Amino acid sequence: MASEELTSTGYIQHHLTNLTYGQLPDGQWGFAHSAAEAKAMGFWAINVDSMAWSIVLGLFFFLLFRSVAKKVTAGVPGGMQNFVEWIIEFIDTSVRGSFSGNNPLIGPLALTVFMWIWLMNFMDLIAVDLLPQIFALFGVHFMKVVPTTDPNITFGMSIAVFWLILYYSVKNKGVGGFVGELSLMPFQARNKVVQGLFIPVNLLLEGVSLIAKPVSLALRLFGNMYAGEMIFILIAIMYSAGWALGAFAGVLQLGWAIFHILIITLQAFIFMTLTIVYMDMAHQEHH
Amino acid sequence: MNINATLIGQFIAFFVFVWFVMKYVWPPLIHVLNERKKTIADGLAAAERGKNQQVLAEQHAAEVIHEAKGRAAEILARAEKRASEIVEEAKDAARTEGDRIKAAANAEIQQEVSRAREQLRGQVVSLAVVGAGKVLKRELDAKTHDDLLQDLVAQL
Repeated sequence: MASEELTSTGYIQHHLTNLTYGQLPDGQWGFAHSAAEAKAMGFWAINVDSMAWSIVLGLFFFLLFRSVAKKVTAGVPGGMQNFVEWIIEFIDTSVRGSFSGNNPLIGPLALTVFMWIWLMNFMDLIAVDLLPQIFALFGVHFMKVVPTTDPNITFGMSIAVFWLILYYSVKNKGVGGFVGELSLMPFQARNKVVQGLFIPVNLLLEGVSLIAKPVSLALRLFGNMYAGEMIFILIAIMYSAGWALGAFAGVLQLGWAIFHILIITLQAFIFMTLTIVYMDMAHQEHH
Repeated sequence: MNINATLIGQFIAFFVFVWFVMKYVWPPLIHVLNERKKTIADGLAAAERGKNQQVLAEQHAAEVIHEAKGRAAEILARAEKRASEIVEEAKDAARTEGDRIKAAANAEIQQEVSRAREQLRGQVVSLAVVGAGKVLKRELDAKTHDDLLQDLVAQL
């Protein structure tokens, strides 16, 4: 491990490897000791770092908002309540703007998506080596602190959204209505035979666009955060290349971090807005 | 970057968090926001109502002041009229009183005059008697010539 970290490739590799718990080649259950070992564990393994950070940040968000919600007052709000109300108001405005139906789930859904993803993205702004080094002191060798750079996390959320899309589509339009929407559009014909011929074409087009929703949702977030983290890692490598490059890297790091504040917020906002829009589509009847 | 069971874990965690937020976070906060919105709207409406009422009250006050001014002018005019009436009455009373006093004084003067005349008459008689006595160089008996004297007095 120590020899691996001396090279740039090793450093990057090390930063991109999750702390994976699963079945080791010898049949024992435990943490993988290398990226190759983690890969060999197959599907029934878990990225403990992503999962733990994701849940810790989710709990942080939930408890923070819960503590405000408990002693919330309609009178003059305090500082924390002001902040929380500002976010709620913002989410509520977004939901009202894009969602025309009436479903009490959409507001909380949008709030959770936005705040949770924002917090997970925010981990990117913490110096790339800080938390992994601290964990290394306790013998934990792999630690990816930004859950949204793990496709498992982004796909986990987008597939959850996809399920909600399917659930509400079927609930609001019925199985027939939903299947009809998939098979009878966009190509339509008066003639029954021609219409029948169009069905497979429509199914293919609509099916692709339906599947594209969760895939694009997950990959957009993952790609942006992964690329952002990669740039932080590359900048971090420059620190070891002499004081001149190191100073330049400091400027770069600052610039990228400031720019990244925009990206993490934007990505969280896009995920939230698309979730709301997809939910709206699932609630709308097409005739 | 392997797809593994983390996906399922995140999938479950997602629903759990959304459900928690829907149950414990969102309703109280949105309720309070709506409540405050309503409070502010009510406050603004009340302010608007108050403003209207103020305008009405000002109009009412102006009316009352106008009416009071009219009444005051009326009272003033009546008072002035009454004052001139009183002055006239006083003038009349004074004139009557003056006349009465003048008449009384005239009567007294007449009385005085007649009394003085009586006295004068008496003195003239005495003087005449004295004068006549001196002329006749003898004492006249007033008693004897009383009728003569009386006659004289009547002629004065």
